[in-house]
Amino acid sequence: MGNPNVGKSVVFSRLTGANVIASNYPGTTVDFSKGRLRLKDETVEIVDAPGTYSLEASNKAEEVATKMLDTADVVINVIDATNLERNLYLTLELLEQQIPMVIVLNLWDETKHIGIHIDHEKLQSLLNIPVIPTVALTGEGIKQLVNSLKNATVNPEIKPTSHEGRWIEIGTLIKKVEKVERKKHTFRDHLADLTMNPITGIPFSILVILAAFWMVRLIGENLINYIFNPLFEQYYRPLVSSLSQILGDSIWHTILIGEYGQEIIFEESLGMLTTGLYVPIAMVLPYIIAFYFMLSVLEDTGYMPRLATLVDNIFHKLGMHGHGIISVFLGLGCNVPGALSTRSLETRKQRFISATLLSIAVPCMAQTAMVFGVLGQFGVIYLALVFFVLVTLYILLGIIMNHFVKGSSPEIFLEVPPYRRPSLSALLKKTWMRIRWFLKEAIPFLFFGVLLINILYHVGIMQVISQTLTPFMNTLFGLPGEATTALVVGFLRKDLAVGTLIPLQLSAFQLVIAVTMLTIYFPCVATFAVLLRELGVKDLIKSTMIMIATAGSVGFILRLVLLGLP
Amino acid sequence: MTADSIELDKIPPKSSAKIQQIKGGHGLIQKLQVMGIRTGQIITLSSKQPFRGPITIKINDRELTLGRGMAKKIMVEVIR
Repeated sequence: MGNPNVGKSVVFSRLTGANVIASNYPGTTVDFSKGRLRLKDETVEIVDAPGTYSLEASNKAEEVATKMLDTADVVINVIDATNLERNLYLTLELLEQQIPMVIVLNLWDETKHIGIHIDHEKLQSLLNIPVIPTVALTGEGIKQLVNSLKNATVNPEIKPTSHEGRWIEIGTLIKKVEKVERKKHTFRDHLADLTMNPITGIPFSILVILAAFWMVRLIGENLINYIFNPLFEQYYRPLVSSLSQILGDSIWHTILIGEYGQEIIFEESLGMLTTGLYVPIAMVLPYIIAFYFMLSVLEDTGYMPRLATLVDNIFHKLGMHGHGIISVFLGLGCNVPGALSTRSLETRKQRFISATLLSIAVPCMAQTAMVFGVLGQFGVIYLALVFFVLVTLYILLGIIMNHFVKGSSPEIFLEVPPYRRPSLSALLKKTWMRIRWFLKEAIPFLFFGVLLINILYHVGIMQVISQTLTPFMNTLFGLPGEATTALVVGFLRKDLAVGTLIPLQLSAFQLVIAVTMLTIYFPCVATFAVLLRELGVKDLIKSTMIMIATAGSVGFILRLVLLGLP
Repeated sequence: MTADSIELDKIPPKSSAKIQQIKGGHGLIQKLQVMGIRTGQIITLSSKQPFRGPITIKINDRELTLGRGMAKKIMVEVIR
C-alpha cells in the first residue's frame, strides 16, 4: 500500500514477476492485482492495491485499497522517498492498525538528484520497522526487500491519534532523518512551467495531441503497408487457397473461408480464417501497437496530469473535472480500461457522466482503425467529419447531463508528478502487455462474431431482420437494410461491425452515418459488462437509453444534413 | 489571522506565501492536509488557468492542481 504514484505497481511486478500496468500519474491502478512470491520455504500472495493518501477513502479506487487492508497479514508500505513528509501520514495511519509492516523507500535514486538526504537507518530505528531503500524501476533493493519480509513487525508504541497528532509526530521524525539541499532550477522545472502556463501550455497541449495522433496514423499505416499486408498476401494467401481447394463447396468452406467459388478477399469474405484473422491482425493490430506506444509515452513522461489541469475548465462544465480526460485517452485505446478508470472520480454523478460519454462518443482504437480503413480512402475530410460529430456530442451531452444528473461534482484536486524520462524498455513492455491483452480479448470475439454472422445468414434470420428493417433504415438513416448486420455484430466487436459495411458499397456519406451511429448506439459486450459492475443496473439502463436515443437522433440529423430529405 | 491575509488564488504567479488558515469544514481540511496543505506551510503559486480554472501550486517541492473554489478557502500571507 502507499500514496498514489509512488511506484507500488512497479514494486509489485518486481516481487511477483506478474505484469501490471504502471505509469507516471496518480490513479493508474484502480483495482487490485494478485501475484505470488516464493520465499525460502513458503509461497506468499502479494496484492497490489490502488494508491491512497489516507485510510479515509475519497473515491472508489481508494475504497478498494482500504478494504484490502482487512485481509492483509503483512503490509508493504511503499513510500515516495522524494516526498517523505506527506507519505508518512499514511504510514502512521497504517502503523496504528498494528499490522506487521515493512517500509519501502522507493525512487531512492531521485532523492540524490534533487538534493534530498534521508538517513534510512535512523528512520528504521526510530519507527522500529524495517526500512528498505529501492529503485523499483531498475530492481535495486528488491532483494533486500524480499529478505526483510520475514522481519515485518508492528510498533505497539504508536497509538491512534488525531490528524494534528500525526503531523506533529511526522514533523519530529522528518527533523531527525531528512536533510534537504537547496537546488538550482533545472531544465525539467522550466519545462514544467512552460507546459502549465496557460499561454504556452494550451498551444503545447494541442500540438502534443495532434502530433500523437499523427504519429499513430503514420506508424499504423506503415506497419500495415510494409509488414502486415505483405505477410498476409505473400505467405498466408497461398495457404488459404490450398485449404479452399481441400474443403471444396461445403458449409465448412463458408464458415472458415467464405462463399465457395468467389475470389478470396480478406476484408469481405467473412470466413473465420480470412476476415476473422485479417481484421484483428492486419487492419487493427498495427494501429493498436502505434496507439499504445504513444499513450505509454504520454503516461510515463507525466504529461497526463498536466493535460488534466489544462482541460479542467471544460470538463467542469460537463459535470466532471480534468481527471476525466484520462478515461477518454484510455477509452480511445479500448473502452474497457476507460470505463474502469472512472473509479478515480469522486461522485456518482461524475462517474455516470464520464462512463456514458465514453460509451457514446469515444471510439476504441480497434473501431477507429477500421474507420480509417474504410473511410480513409474517400479522404481525410470524412474522417474529420466523424470525429467532429463525436467531439461535439461529447461536449453537448456533457453540458446537458451536467444540468440534469443529480449529485455534486467536486473540483479537481490532483497531484502533478515531476516529468520523468520514460525508459524505452518499460515503454515496450507496457505496449506489449496491452497488445497481448488485445489479442487475447479480440480474436476469440472476432471468431465468434464471424461464426455468428454465418449461422444467422445460413439459417436465414439475418435476411429476415434486414428485410424487415429496410424501410426503417432507409427512411430514417439513408442506409440499406443489410447495414443492420453491423448493428447486430457491433454488440460483439465494433471493428468487425465496421468490417461488415465494406461489402455493401456504401457512399462516403452513408459510411459516415453508419460508423458514427455504430460508435454511439451501444458499447461492445465487454465494455457493457464493466459498466454494469461500475454503474449498477439502474444507472446502466438510464445510460443505455441515452445512448440509443442519441444514436437515433444523430443518425437522423446526419441523414438530413448529408443526404437530404427521404 | 493577520490583516495581510488573502485568498490563495489572489497572490501573483511565482510568489510564495505562508498558509494562515483553511476556511472550510473538517472534510476539506482533512483532504488538504493529507496532501500536505496545512497551516504554517509555505506554498508557491506555479500557474493559474484562465476563466476561474484551477490553480497549480508547489508545496514541499511537489506540484498539485486544485480547483478555484478550494483555493479561495485557503488564506495565506505573501512572503516578501
